[in-house]
Amino acid sequence: MANITLTVNGKSVSASVDSRTLLVSFLRDHLRLTGTHVGCDTSQCGACVVHVDGRAVKSCTMLAVQADGSSVVTIEGLASAGGDLHPMQAAFREHHGLQCGFCTPGMIMTAVDMVNRKGSALDEATIRHELEGNICRCTGYHNIVKAVEAGAAAMAGGAQKVAAE
Amino acid sequence: MTSTGIGAPVRRKEDFRFITGKGQYTDDINRQGQAYAYFLRSPHAHATIKSIDASAAKAKPGVLAVLTGDDLAADKIGGLICGWMIHNKDGSPMKAGAHPALAQGKVRYVGDHVAVVIAEDYSTAKDAAEAIVVDYGVLPAVVDMNAATGKGATVVHDIAPDNRVYDWHLGDKAATDAAFARAKHVTKLDLVNNRLVPNAMEPRAAIGDYDAGNDAFTLYTTSQNPHVARLVLSAFIGIAPEHKLRVIAPDVGGGFGSKIFIYAEETVCVWAAKKVGRPVKWTAERTEAFLSDAHGRDHITHAEMALDDKGKILGLRVKTKANLGAYLSTFSSCVPTYLYAPLLSGQYDIPAIYCEVEGVYTTTAPVDAYRGAGRPEATFVIERMIEVAARETGTDPAAFRKKNFIRKFPHQTPVIMAYDAGDYVASLEKALDMADYKGFGKRRRDSARAGKLRGIGFSAYIEACGIAPSAAVGSLGAGVGLWESAEIRVNPVGTVEVLTGSHSHGQGHETTFAQLVSARLGIDIDQVAVVHGDTDKVQFGMGTYGSRSGAVGMSAISKALDKVIAKGKKVAAYAMEASEGDIEFKDGRFSVAGTDKSLAFGEVALQAYIAHKFSGQELEPGLKEGAFYDPTNFTFPSGVHICEVEVDPETGVTTIAKWTAVDDFGNVINPMIVEGQVHGGIAQGVGQALLEGARYDSSGQLVTASYMDYCMPRADDLPSFSIGTTVTPCPSNPLGIKGCGEAGAIAAPPAVINAITDALGHEDVTMPATPQVVWQAAQKTLRKQAAE
Repeated sequence: MANITLTVNGKSVSASVDSRTLLVSFLRDHLRLTGTHVGCDTSQCGACVVHVDGRAVKSCTMLAVQADGSSVVTIEGLASAGGDLHPMQAAFREHHGLQCGFCTPGMIMTAVDMVNRKGSALDEATIRHELEGNICRCTGYHNIVKAVEAGAAAMAGGAQKVAAE
Repeated sequence: MTSTGIGAPVRRKEDFRFITGKGQYTDDINRQGQAYAYFLRSPHAHATIKSIDASAAKAKPGVLAVLTGDDLAADKIGGLICGWMIHNKDGSPMKAGAHPALAQGKVRYVGDHVAVVIAEDYSTAKDAAEAIVVDYGVLPAVVDMNAATGKGATVVHDIAPDNRVYDWHLGDKAATDAAFARAKHVTKLDLVNNRLVPNAMEPRAAIGDYDAGNDAFTLYTTSQNPHVARLVLSAFIGIAPEHKLRVIAPDVGGGFGSKIFIYAEETVCVWAAKKVGRPVKWTAERTEAFLSDAHGRDHITHAEMALDDKGKILGLRVKTKANLGAYLSTFSSCVPTYLYAPLLSGQYDIPAIYCEVEGVYTTTAPVDAYRGAGRPEATFVIERMIEVAARETGTDPAAFRKKNFIRKFPHQTPVIMAYDAGDYVASLEKALDMADYKGFGKRRRDSARAGKLRGIGFSAYIEACGIAPSAAVGSLGAGVGLWESAEIRVNPVGTVEVLTGSHSHGQGHETTFAQLVSARLGIDIDQVAVVHGDTDKVQFGMGTYGSRSGAVGMSAISKALDKVIAKGKKVAAYAMEASEGDIEFKDGRFSVAGTDKSLAFGEVALQAYIAHKFSGQELEPGLKEGAFYDPTNFTFPSGVHICEVEVDPETGVTTIAKWTAVDDFGNVINPMIVEGQVHGGIAQGVGQALLEGARYDSSGQLVTASYMDYCMPRADDLPSFSIGTTVTPCPSNPLGIKGCGEAGAIAAPPAVINAITDALGHEDVTMPATPQVVWQAAQKTLRKQAAE
C-alpha cells in the first residue's frame, strides 16, 4: 500500500492505495468519478483520458502513485464551478459529436488538450490526426471533427457554428 | 414545424449527462457489499475437461466462491438458448448443441467459460483464477468452414457429426435453373465476407443482486433488450420466475447487435449472487470482449447471375457457408438465413432466385447479429455481382442498375419480401449528381498523372427493418413476437412520461420519442420524459435492434397517444359540458367546435385526475394509456452510396477521396440524429472493407484480440461524408418511418470494394483490403498495364 496526496478537480485528496492501482481505478473506484471510462486496457481507445498537470494522459496507463503530488482534472471538473459547460462540452452537444456517450469524456478531454497544444485554428486534417488515440464506434468521427473545430474556436472566444452539418 | 417538432434537428436531451461525465453505465453502478467475478476461460480451442481442482483458489484470502458447470447443473440452471428454429431442406430441425453458461465436460473455443471466481475485489478474483488447476484433454481445433464440413474433421457437438448446424434453402430452384438455361451471359464470383468483432466501446458488464427477504433478483446489465433478457433468464435458463427478476439496462455504451444476446456472464452473476449472498459484479476486459462477445459476418459464398442479351437480370444463384462458431448464440441461426437470403433481390427486378446456406460449427467464438445482420452480407453479394456484371457486359454501372431497378410498388420478390414503397431511380440520380459522376473521368486522369489509381464504386442497397409481423416471423421459426409496446402516463399537471420497450444505447430515443409526443400533444418537449431499460417500470418490450425503434417503437407510442387524446376528449366534454363529438384537439388544446370554449392539455389532465366533473360510472378517472403495436410488414429503407478512392500502387494504401450517400428512410423525425446514424454505419462498413478482420490461427487462438491487433477505424482513416436524402413515406406504419440504423454498414463494404476493383481493373481483392492486400492486387494491375 502507498499513501498518495493529489489534487483532483481542484480538491485535495489523500488516500492509501494498493501500489498496482491504476489512476483510472483510483478515480472511478476510490473517488467515484465514473465519468472517466475504461474501454480497452491497452492505451488504445482513449476513453480514460484525463489531464495530469495540464497534459492529456491515458489514465489506464498510469499508476495512481505516479500521480502523487499532481493536479488531475477529469471530465467532471471541466465545467465551471457554477455549472456552465466548457465550450468544448457545449460544442459536442451542439454538433451531435456523441451518440452512446462512452468515448465522449475522453474525446472532450483530448480535444481540450489539442487546443491547448495546437491553438484554436485547427483544420480537419490536424483534428483527425490528433484524434488517433481516441476510438469512437458510433459517430464515424464526422460530427466529432466538427465539434472539435467549433469548440476550439469557442475556446478562443470565436462564435460557434450554429448548425450541425 | 416548430423548433422541436417532427423533422427538426433537436439537440439531444440525453447529452448533458454524457458530456459532463454523469452517465450511469453498468460499471458505474456499485451495490452495497458487492463482490467481483472473474471468469477463468479456456486457453484451448477444443478440449475435454478431465478435472478441475479449485481447492487452492478457494483457500486464498478474500475468495468467496469458485463455481463450475457442475454447480450450475446441480442447481438445475439451464443452458443458453438459440431463439430461432431453422429447418433443413428436408424439413428436419437444425442441430443445436447444448450451451451451458459454464462448460460441462468440454470447451469449444478459446475464451469459453470454465469457472468463475468470486472474491472481495477484482484483483483477488483474477489472481485466484491462476490457482485453479484444470486438466484438459486437448482435441484438434477447426476454424476453417470447409475443413469443418470435410471428411475426418473434429466434431464440435456430437449432435452434429458433420459440423453442419443446418442445410437450408430459399427460392425456386427449378425456375432459377431455367433462367440460367436461357442466359446469354453468366457472371460468377467467389466472395468472402470477413469476420468482425462488434466492439461497442463500453465492454459488457453485469451486476447480479439477490434480495433474500423477498426472494427476488435484480440484474444490471449492458443489454439492448432487457425484457428479452428477463424472459430468457426466467423461462428458459430458469434463474427465477419473471415477477421475481428485475432487469435494468441503464446507459449502455453502444451495442451494434452484440448486446442483444443473453450471455454466460450475466447468467452466472445473477445466479451466483444468491449462492454467495452478495451482489456480484463483472466487467469485461477488452480482450474478454474480443474472445467472447458474439462476432459478426464470416461467410464464404459462390454466386452466379444470369443475364439476357439486353443486360436484364434473369436469375440469381447463391451458395453460402456461414460460420456460426462453437455454439448457437441467441439469434445466430436466423442471421445467415431469414435475414440474408430474402434480401438478395436488392433493388432489382430479378424473376428467379435460389439460395442455399449451410450453417457450420467451428471451434471459434459464437457468431450472431452485428449491425445489419445478414443484410450487409446479402448486399455485398448482390452489389458486387451487379458491378461485375456491368463491367463484364461493358455497361456503365449506374446505367446497368437503372435498367434492372424495380420501378413499381408494391413489388413481390421471389424471396419472401413484398417491398411496399421506394424510388430507386431518384436516389441514384441524386447521388450521381452529388458525387459529380460526370467529372470522374477527369479526376481519374489527374490521379493517373500523379501515379495513383482512382476508382469509383456504387452500392444501391435495400434493407429490411422492423422485422415483423409477429405471426409471419413466427411461421419462419422465430421464438418471440416482434411487436413493440408503449405506455403514456399523463401526470395531473400535464407532464408526460413515455414508457417504451425500445432501448436507447446511442440512438437518441430520449429526444426523438419526446419530439413525437411533444408534437402530438402540443406540449413543450421538456415536459416529456422517456423511460426505458427497466423491467420494473416498463411492463414488456422487445428492445432495440434491426433499426426497429422508429418504425415499431414509435408507432406503438403513436397508437398510445391516439388513445390518450381520445380519453382526453371524453374528459374535456364533461369538463366543458359539451358533447364528446364536438370536442376537437389541436395544438395542445381541447376545444368545443363552434364556440370559444377550450381547455389546455394540462387542464384536461388535471380534470381527469380530480374527477369532479364526471362520475366513476360514466368515465374512469386518470389519464394513462398503453399500446402494443405489431406492424403489418417489414419496412424497406434503400439508398445509393458512392465511394471514390485513390489507390497508391507503391504502398497499397487506399484513400477515400469522397463519400456520397443518398438514403430513403421515409419520414424523418430528427435529421441530425439520422445523419449521425448514417455516419457511424458508414464508418463500420468502411472498417469492414479496409481495416477489420478477426483472425484465428490454425490452433484456434484468436490472434486479433486487442486494439493493437484488430484495426478499428480511427478519425484519420475516414473522410467527412456527403449525405443526402430522398423520401418515400413508408405505407406500413402510421408515421411513415423506415429506419436508418444499419444503412451505412450495409451499403459501405461493396461501395468500397467496387471502387478499389474499379481502380485496379480486376476483381481479385478481398476484405479487409489492407495496404498489403491492395499492394499485391496492384502488382497484378501494373503487370497488366505493362503488358498492354
